[in-house]
Amino acid sequence: MNALARHRYHRAAPVVLVLLLLALVTGVAAAVSNASSAEAATTATADDAAEGQKLFAANCASCHGLDATGTEGVAPSLVGVGAAAVDFQVGTGRMPMQSSGPQAIAKRPQFTAEEISQLAAYVASLGAGPAIPTEEQVDPELGDPANGMELFRTNCAMCHGSVGGGGALTQGKYAPNLWETTPTHIYEAMLTGPQSMPVFNDANIDPEGKRDIIAYLKAQDEGSPGGLRLGTIGPVAEGMWGWLVALGLIIASTVWIGARSS
Amino acid sequence: MGARVNTAAAGTANWVDERTSIGGFVKFFARKLFPDHWSFMLGEIALYSFVVLLLSGVFLTAFFVPSMDIVTYEGPLATMQGVEMSKAFESTLHMSFEVPGGLLMRQIHHWSALLFTAAIVTHMARVFFTGAFRKPRELNWLVGFTLMILSLAAGFSGYSLPDDVLSGNGLRIIEGVTRSIPIVGEYISYWIFGGEFPGEILIPRLFTMHILLVPGLILVLVALHLFLVFLHKHTQYPGGGRTDKNVVGLPLFPVYTAKAGGFFFVVFGIIALVAAIFTINPVWNYGPYDPSPVSAGTQPDWYILFVDGALRLMPGWLFDVIPMEWEIWGYTLSLNLLIPALIMPGLFFGFVALYPWIESWATGDRGEKHVLDRPRNAPVRTGIGVALITFYVILVMEGSNDIIANLFHLSLNDLTYFFRIGIFVLPVLAFWITRRLCIGLQRKDRELVLHGKETGRIVRHEHGEYQEVHEPLTDHERWVLVSYDDISPLEIEPEYNDRGVRRKGYRWDRFKQRLSRIYFEKRISPVTPEELEAAKHEHH
Repeated sequence: MNALARHRYHRAAPVVLVLLLLALVTGVAAAVSNASSAEAATTATADDAAEGQKLFAANCASCHGLDATGTEGVAPSLVGVGAAAVDFQVGTGRMPMQSSGPQAIAKRPQFTAEEISQLAAYVASLGAGPAIPTEEQVDPELGDPANGMELFRTNCAMCHGSVGGGGALTQGKYAPNLWETTPTHIYEAMLTGPQSMPVFNDANIDPEGKRDIIAYLKAQDEGSPGGLRLGTIGPVAEGMWGWLVALGLIIASTVWIGARSS
Repeated sequence: MGARVNTAAAGTANWVDERTSIGGFVKFFARKLFPDHWSFMLGEIALYSFVVLLLSGVFLTAFFVPSMDIVTYEGPLATMQGVEMSKAFESTLHMSFEVPGGLLMRQIHHWSALLFTAAIVTHMARVFFTGAFRKPRELNWLVGFTLMILSLAAGFSGYSLPDDVLSGNGLRIIEGVTRSIPIVGEYISYWIFGGEFPGEILIPRLFTMHILLVPGLILVLVALHLFLVFLHKHTQYPGGGRTDKNVVGLPLFPVYTAKAGGFFFVVFGIIALVAAIFTINPVWNYGPYDPSPVSAGTQPDWYILFVDGALRLMPGWLFDVIPMEWEIWGYTLSLNLLIPALIMPGLFFGFVALYPWIESWATGDRGEKHVLDRPRNAPVRTGIGVALITFYVILVMEGSNDIIANLFHLSLNDLTYFFRIGIFVLPVLAFWITRRLCIGLQRKDRELVLHGKETGRIVRHEHGEYQEVHEPLTDHERWVLVSYDDISPLEIEPEYNDRGVRRKGYRWDRFKQRLSRIYFEKRISPVTPEELEAAKHEHH
């Protein structure tokens, strides 16, 4: 006991304590995040669908209806939307919707990966629809970013901006930034056309093309060779920074030079 | 060592002087006086960023290939591998990714272009608000105005050179606007593009315009601009001993030469710093030009943005009833392009260019002015200036409406409706508020001159009265506050003479009187010496 009391006042004690605390915090955080990003079961079983139906009845049926055929003017029917649509909408937190507005907003997912896959299994069992893509289908390493650039430019850039930074649509709707979106979710969005987005089926952009687009978007992770990219908003941001930073700094120095004379 | 250097310098100077008689000029220029104020350096910023533009531009011309021939990209950029593009775009990628320092030079060039135009506009605003354009400097205002227009031409032609999707979209709009000119528009468009848009000769033509024609004109006009500054002598702010007949300041040599020389490096340094940190015009994001795609966030550089804004603002149908596009005898008249993109800038720039004449004509003030106005002492002019800026800023914001909508989670449509009303209402409101503020500030100045500064010291007199001590202004302080023109509105002869005969030209005089009243009806006269004397007696 005496020894502990003595060591409490040791010079290194605060450092050791802080390190221990940090280790504890990061350990807990790692455990929690591991739990939430646990791999989804790849093969859906009948049990999954049954579990999914329970989740659906508790969380989704108030709008989509108990039989998932939708409610006129409130929520669409989910028969035939497929597992991909559920994985995208629930996996990005867009569903369940927090509040009604111009469009569903992405937020922290409200279900675990396992629950999402159960929901997906249930909705997939209602009618044939697009399935969740495999790892290989969305692997940016296997795509051709140059072809992705051309496809993105003709099909996506008018809403999402030239490199996927996002853009405005009518009446408060918007095309979101795509840099934080996972390859699987990007693929599912193209396949199912959520919100205002059109569907890009395999006849429109074939699966390789979709992977090329993912490769092009992931190439943006490397940042801009020119330095900070000012949100890749384009000339509006550049003009604003030109006025505020460049001209601002220079005018500040004219005031300084002027003040040092008389 | 020092003596030897001096002898060598003197010898060289003498050698040059004996052959050119340049000594007289040097003496004249070196002794030329300039008043000192930070705002007199705004034009210098424009000049120095132009020098930086020339320097970096020379570097870029060494690598840029102004050709629209198609090649296949085989450089280091993964996202462009095997993509077909024009040589202009390919050489831009080449200079950005393979030439050492090339990307930095491109960014320096583009940032200084933004700064060049911004500095010109700021300088113009300074000249406008201080009344430095008045007689005898009206011509120089016009030279400066032309330089501003040329800077837009230089900027836009340079912005279009890399032949990327963004600038190609800009050219497509220019083509549409050109075609909206009644009858001759189509021909002009064919003449510019050498046939159908985009054609194959535009980039070489823009290149000639960008590196030869426009900068040449800018250089000549800059020389004229500076020559006229020398000729007229620099204006000065009101202050102790400064009148329309003198210049109070320091000689060009040595103080200003050192300051101006040093300031060039400050400007260059800040441009280089910004260019090294921030990406500008990442053409590798936009990709080579192809007439079909238009991405979100497609805008021109800031100085053209107001035209884009006017185009976005213009409804296709007025009040949903009157179409803005007419077909007359087989010709299409596109008012929805003509009004925002040609008539509006024409009126706006026309008004700005002619403002010195408009003001002197409306006020009837024909005297030579070498002492500047403090903006508050010209409330109507200041109001007009703020209204013009408000008008311009609304158009710039409408030009960025999708960016604003996206960043602030607003509805794009609502923003446009708001600006459609705002473009008519807000400038008027800005004029009115500014004029009121100016008059308020003038009243405050009057108060200060008459009663001095409040010191916050309260004294109690023997008879029990409390009074705050006011400290009278110094002569220098008072000079600044009272030395401005007091012009009363135009008086005109009556409509009928004493025999009841109506006077010719009465209506015209009435019109001029109305204008003069706009300027001078509501005015705060400067304190006269008699008023000051009376105020002193009141206190003591």
